[in-house]
Amino acid sequence: MATIIKSYEPTFWDKLYIPALVQGLLVTFKHLLRKKVTIQYPEEKLIPPEGYRGLHRLNKDANGRIKCVACDMCSAACPADCIDIIPGSSPWDDGKERYPVSFEIDLLKCIFCGFCEMACPEEAIELTEIYDFSDYTREKLIIDKDGLLDVYDKTKDKNYYSNSQNLTIKE
Amino acid sequence: MDFLALLIICVKVLLVFAATMLTVLLMIYAERRISAFIQGRLGPNRVGPHGLLQPIADGIKFLMKEDIIPAGVDKPIYLLAPAMLLIPALMTFAVIPFGSDITLFGRNIPLQVADVNVGILYILALTSIGVYGLVLAGWASNSKYPLIGGLRSSAQLISYELTMGLAIVSIVLLSGSLRLNDIISQQQGHFLSWNVFKQPLAFLIFLIAVYAETNRLPFDLTEAEQELVGGYHTEYSSMKFAMFYMAEYANMITAAALTVTLFFGGWDLPFLNETSMGMLGVVLSVAAFILKTAFFLFLFIWVRWTFPRFRYDQLMNLGWKVMLPLALFNIFITAGYLALTI
Ligand code: SF4
Ligand code: SF4
Repeated sequence: MATIIKSYEPTFWDKLYIPALVQGLLVTFKHLLRKKVTIQYPEEKLIPPEGYRGLHRLNKDANGRIKCVACDMCSAACPADCIDIIPGSSPWDDGKERYPVSFEIDLLKCIFCGFCEMACPEEAIELTEIYDFSDYTREKLIIDKDGLLDVYDKTKDKNYYSNSQNLTIKE
Repeated sequence: MDFLALLIICVKVLLVFAATMLTVLLMIYAERRISAFIQGRLGPNRVGPHGLLQPIADGIKFLMKEDIIPAGVDKPIYLLAPAMLLIPALMTFAVIPFGSDITLFGRNIPLQVADVNVGILYILALTSIGVYGLVLAGWASNSKYPLIGGLRSSAQLISYELTMGLAIVSIVLLSGSLRLNDIISQQQGHFLSWNVFKQPLAFLIFLIAVYAETNRLPFDLTEAEQELVGGYHTEYSSMKFAMFYMAEYANMITAAALTVTLFFGGWDLPFLNETSMGMLGVVLSVAAFILKTAFFLFLFIWVRWTFPRFRYDQLMNLGWKVMLPLALFNIFITAGYLALTI
């Protein structure tokens, strides 16, 4: 069925154009005075919202030991196939038998989908809010077990970006 | 002319030149900052306090850049064009009075580089010469985009020069003189004696024509980036490119100062008699002039970041079918009024 589209007929007031121009100028003037949205990056950093998927971490348990049991579930779930775990029997003798001897994530391959974190039965791997971890070589962007545990220490208080050690916030 | 008079003129020339160049630098900075603010950004704020030294950094960058002269250009004209544009732009300011007379060393020194009795004609003539800069740059570049830009600018400037001239004619009808000083003194005294209140239509036409004359948005068809890369200066690089920019801003400064002079009483402050107040009056009048001009410079930037560009046929339609008849109508009314009352 044909639809009748009514075209807009400008009134005499519209045809003067000047009021509309003044209106436009006022809009931009309002924006001129508004708060600016720029975040001045190295000095100020955006604090990502809850649930942001950034750099990984390996959680520690109450005794400060690695939670991971080297079950390889994360590695199996990973669509980018970037987690590399070498399991071994744990040095501790209180029930936990396995632990990862080496645990490496190739951050250049990772797509930050968060599947690893969902697959983990021990809640041992998690994605954190850290987003600025660029580096100069490919080798440096393969993060190992110590690095991942280090990230846990840095982010366990959820204040990585509001912590003055990691940035200087300019008010 | 004795030595002192010569010295005074030299000082005035240097002063006006330095002030214009400084304002050009400030305008480049202001343009970038204000555009950023309007878009919710911060703009350049790293070089110097609040980024104030940014134009200097830009200038150094331009000087260090390789100066490319493309093969196939018409070399003498290609080299001449930026100067052809910049020099008239700087010269135009010479006839604009920027303050009331000052008395120094027992002499009466008018704050104006040259008190030409056909000041308005001088300005119209020089702005027309400026068009040659654009056209020649477009022509000599031997490249299609500059050529289109140059042709557009010639067509645009011819059409709007006419309306601008006609808008000025109605002012001249009121003042009865082409001297800018006379036009200012005729607007002195009360607020309502400013020409903008006597000739609102002429002011509107003049303002629009001035935006077209200075190639500013919404009339910047000569350098429409989306269609013409860079317009008439596509093939220019390094300092020659910067000269085009300086010319654009110098033109804006002159245009703003001219608007103030013709329609807003120049350096005049309403309800005050500056000439009888001695030194204070001079300072006040110069300050008033600077403030008024600054407002119109701000308006240039403000308008640029508010309105989209006209299409070419719309530009021509507006110029010939709306502005020109309106300007003629305005002259008719003004002349009729004057004939009946005098
Ligand atoms: S976030 Fe996705 S791609 Fe990255 S390691 Fe985990 S599962 Fe693999
Ligand atoms: S991180 Fe979790 S899923 Fe991956 S190996 Fe360790 S315990 Fe298993």
